[in-house]
Amino acid sequence: MDMDVKDEFDKYCVDVYGNPGSFHTEGLKAKQAVANARERIAKVLNCKSSEIVFTSGGTESVNLAIKGLVYASNGKRKQIITTKIEHHAVLHTCEYLEKKGFDVIYLNIDENGVGDIDQLKKVISENTLLVSIMYANNEIGTIQNISEIGRICKEHNVKFHTDACQATGYLDLDVDKLNVDLMTINGSKVYGPKGVGLLYIKSGTVIEPLMHGGGQENNKRSGTENVPGIMAFAKAVEISEAKKEKEVVRLTKLRDKLTNGILESIPKSKLNGHPSTRLPNNVNISFLDVEGEAILLYLDSKGVYASSGSACTSKTLDPSHVVVAMGVPYEYAHGSIRFTLGRETTEEDIDYVLEILPEIVSNLRKISPFNVELTVKK
Amino acid sequence: MTQLEVIGSENKDWFYTEKVKDHFFHPRNIFKTEQEVKEFNADGVGLVGSPACGDGMKMFIKVEDDKIKAIRWQTYGCGTAIASTSAYSVMLLEDGGLSIENALKIKPKDIADYLGGVPARKFHCSVLADKALREAVNDYFKKSGQEDRIVEGSAKIIDKILKITDHDIEHAVLEGAYDFEAVQRKTKVGIHDKACIPEVERLIVVYKEKYFGD
Repeated sequence: MDMDVKDEFDKYCVDVYGNPGSFHTEGLKAKQAVANARERIAKVLNCKSSEIVFTSGGTESVNLAIKGLVYASNGKRKQIITTKIEHHAVLHTCEYLEKKGFDVIYLNIDENGVGDIDQLKKVISENTLLVSIMYANNEIGTIQNISEIGRICKEHNVKFHTDACQATGYLDLDVDKLNVDLMTINGSKVYGPKGVGLLYIKSGTVIEPLMHGGGQENNKRSGTENVPGIMAFAKAVEISEAKKEKEVVRLTKLRDKLTNGILESIPKSKLNGHPSTRLPNNVNISFLDVEGEAILLYLDSKGVYASSGSACTSKTLDPSHVVVAMGVPYEYAHGSIRFTLGRETTEEDIDYVLEILPEIVSNLRKISPFNVELTVKK
Repeated sequence: MTQLEVIGSENKDWFYTEKVKDHFFHPRNIFKTEQEVKEFNADGVGLVGSPACGDGMKMFIKVEDDKIKAIRWQTYGCGTAIASTSAYSVMLLEDGGLSIENALKIKPKDIADYLGGVPARKFHCSVLADKALREAVNDYFKKSGQEDRIVEGSAKIIDKILKITDHDIEHAVLEGAYDFEAVQRKTKVGIHDKACIPEVERLIVVYKEKYFGD
């Protein structure tokens, strides 16, 4: 968490401790603070402050967007369109709705992780209630053409939700340009606190609340406001926006240096996700003949913390649904590693990884019984 | 939650024990050079798994007087898979090398115990090692004219409609499905072929006994 964000959090834990729902002076102070935070975030999203609903994070926002819309609908439109590579918050919510009789279409993605817009155009109809497609993917970093998807939805009078959790701080969040009706953002992805997020709900979009109670958040999400979380979240979003332009340039350079360095120095490696239309902080690479988790353990022992799309790090023992959906062969999918760069990442860090990684992979290959020859596009 | 259980240890942490880490970072009985691979001259070689399924193990054995005298292995897999094979190779060479009969008696649970426990959902990673040894021993029997000693682990179809084998059920038990409902969730066994349910229940008991000793 950013230190300024932490200070803001502390201030609203200790100094301004009132309940925004109370009539007294302390309550009023908290109420005004939250209103102010809402306005500041609205500026970043280029929306009205009344269109922002604070929640407990990305998962709740996604649930509120999808189920809220379903519960408020008259039941005539029974189809939801999404992609195969969404976060589990979206996928599992959709699976739940399938059990309740909804028809969910999971759009294909191409070998770079880009959603199939032609397929969307073919399947969208007057039966479609909602399209939910993530802005940028958390595992492979690929960015979707949200404004174009939004335009198609508008044409068909279909509501459009995007999960923008990964995009915050790196991509344009102007809801007008993006053509979205609903947009999810969370706090912990922008160096803010965990346990807070928001859902942008365009005015005129009717959703049924999931939380019933005191009618907070414009009757869309009852429950006493998480004042310290909201204040710190607003601060974090503002800081991210201010740093965005420079960070995008700096991280893109580091990202490409790391990617190219690995692909050049390690044979039988391949980049997962789009080579350029991807988040500046995401590098996802697969290696043949070695398993991702084994690489992670070596990296970890040398102070480098990465993650893996390998089966062995998942609960289901299946390789990453995202990497597999791109059509990456299983032989590669099991050996995928993701590096996430951030504000603290320096060029020295990149050089260090480039120095240690070839030997790690080579050592693991020495004890591997396989020597697979697979030609795939780098 | 079974996923957080650690088999063979009181340690409920997900993380690896020091012994697992030791064998992972310092694997024993591996080929150190290309030269060694060529000159080892194994009496039996066994390979199980594939790169596509995310696990693979190859075992090379040298046999003398029906005892395992030397062993080399190669493993493609996660930390547990690598550490388990390394530990297993050490266990097989104890007291100057176990007899083939005793070597084949080592259960995956014994390997997990030796390592001070592995996370429950990683347990399946340690079961390839004994299957690879079984293959290597069979290969040795074949090469040395002892075909009569070969024991094939061929699969038997249990669910006649979905063609689910005893191996599938074994695999499900290893992945933490300890009762019929859990095994059915993983394999869909017995949904159509209801007649096989008693046999499935019997097999679950057999495999629990085989791997977990209870």
